[in-house]
Amino acid sequence: MDYDKLIADKCREMKPSGIRKFFDLANQMEGVISLGVGEPDFQTPWNVRQAAITALERGKTKYTANSGLSDLRSSISGYIKKSLGVSYDPEHEIIVTVGGSEGIDAAIRSVVNPGDEVLIVEPCFVCYSPIVSLSGGIPISIETKAEDEFRLTPAQLKEKITDRTKLLILPFPNNPTGAIMERKDLEGIAEILRGTDILVLSDEIYSELTYSGKHCSIVELEGMQERTILVNGFSKAYSMTGWRLGYVAAPAPVCQQILKIHQYAIMSAPTVSQYAAIEALTHCDDDVKKMRDEYNMRRRWLVKALNDIGLDCFEPKGAFYVFPCIRSTGLSSEDFCERLLYEHNVAVVPGNAFGECGEGFIRISYAYSLKHLMAAVECMKEFVEKVKKEKN
Amino acid sequence: MDSLIRLLKENARLSDEQLAVMLGVSADEIASRIADYEKKGVIKGYSVITNDELVDQNLVTAFIEVKATPQADFGFEDLARKIMSYDEVDSVTLMSGSFDFAVTLTGTDYKEIALFVAKRLSTIEGVISTSTHFVLKQYKKQGFIIENEAEDERGFVSP
Repeated sequence: MDYDKLIADKCREMKPSGIRKFFDLANQMEGVISLGVGEPDFQTPWNVRQAAITALERGKTKYTANSGLSDLRSSISGYIKKSLGVSYDPEHEIIVTVGGSEGIDAAIRSVVNPGDEVLIVEPCFVCYSPIVSLSGGIPISIETKAEDEFRLTPAQLKEKITDRTKLLILPFPNNPTGAIMERKDLEGIAEILRGTDILVLSDEIYSELTYSGKHCSIVELEGMQERTILVNGFSKAYSMTGWRLGYVAAPAPVCQQILKIHQYAIMSAPTVSQYAAIEALTHCDDDVKKMRDEYNMRRRWLVKALNDIGLDCFEPKGAFYVFPCIRSTGLSSEDFCERLLYEHNVAVVPGNAFGECGEGFIRISYAYSLKHLMAAVECMKEFVEKVKKEKN
Repeated sequence: MDSLIRLLKENARLSDEQLAVMLGVSADEIASRIADYEKKGVIKGYSVITNDELVDQNLVTAFIEVKATPQADFGFEDLARKIMSYDEVDSVTLMSGSFDFAVTLTGTDYKEIALFVAKRLSTIEGVISTSTHFVLKQYKKQGFIIENEAEDERGFVSP
């Protein structure tokens, strides 16, 4: 059979992820010191695991309501109210999803028509553009810059808006750059969007991991809640990646449509995880703070260490990534990462995997112990010195 | 716990500069805080955590439960002082529960420890009885896993 002919065009045309390509290389090697993964190194807090065990013991193994357990949606609503000061009706404006990822997928598919332009702030997590394309939408990159600390500026946004613009995807705190948008930055963006019909998909999965004061969401700004689909989840804040649980909060008319996609594709998010998530939202503030403090210590150390070995990096104020510039070595991002992997056994991710404007940068995760980070940076130091010597 | 102490407990060899960067303060501040902790006796010293099996295979460690009668004027203080005055004794801790002192001892063989307990420890006035337990294997010590640290199970997962 000629499978190529049978496969849907849109799927065949989908490019494999740049991170995947690099990880496949790393997987073939032994003894790799990884700084590549995008998931926390902490265990899920014990009381959360206990809540899941209790749920299993009590036989909570059936489907839940399509939009998720009512108690969980109420907890999510309470959490958003407490952290952002914004109210969402747990009945009609919140859906529990399989990770933030499913929320992003369903949200994009619920609003994008063929030909609609979707503005994607890059560098960014790799999933947005392929999902937009699957819906027949046209992904339009907005390239943020190191000199702006990888924040989206109003001028950059204005330049890309056309009368076909449907949606702006706003991924802050950002993977891979660690950039955040502060209230003043968001205000400039909101100013442009108010009075248009452009929607916002705000992916705030790293919201609990900000290191310079409280996270600010665009939904906090006047007139923005009505045009924003807020996506968040449990993976990063509570170290619950494998539980696959996230949520979407959006105006009721949008939520109603997202729910249709969710119920046909998923039915309901994993039940045991949902019970665990209630415990996470209600009793884990201290755990979150402890993890954040630990990340913060590593972040400060790593930024200084990278600058010291001659890889310039701006201070990332969110997520758990540092995004140093490697242009001083004269290598491209991919060459840098491949050589670092083959010659010094250290795996980091090339910046261009997250959009073309990531070229010249690499993503380093600090979801690792200090001991591990120190050993890895020591290897990177040798490599950078060697490469710079070659260059001269 | 103070974050400076926590970092030092994990790795006392971090330099003042490194600690300063991690905690977002100046190296001078770190130096003066540590000096202050040392002066006040909050920090008693800096040691090393070893896998004793690899340091010296013949090393024997014992954990001894000591029951004692407190003395009229000094309570347990004087007794503790007597017990800890021996070089072989690593730690002396007053406990709640069915015995009074937990004493740890290190020696080069079982006999040496047994003799120490019989001749020195149990003869101290006020000691009623002792119960000696020998350490067979240590898995975790001061937060450090001694052998077979769990591997990082996180794979290279990504879309």
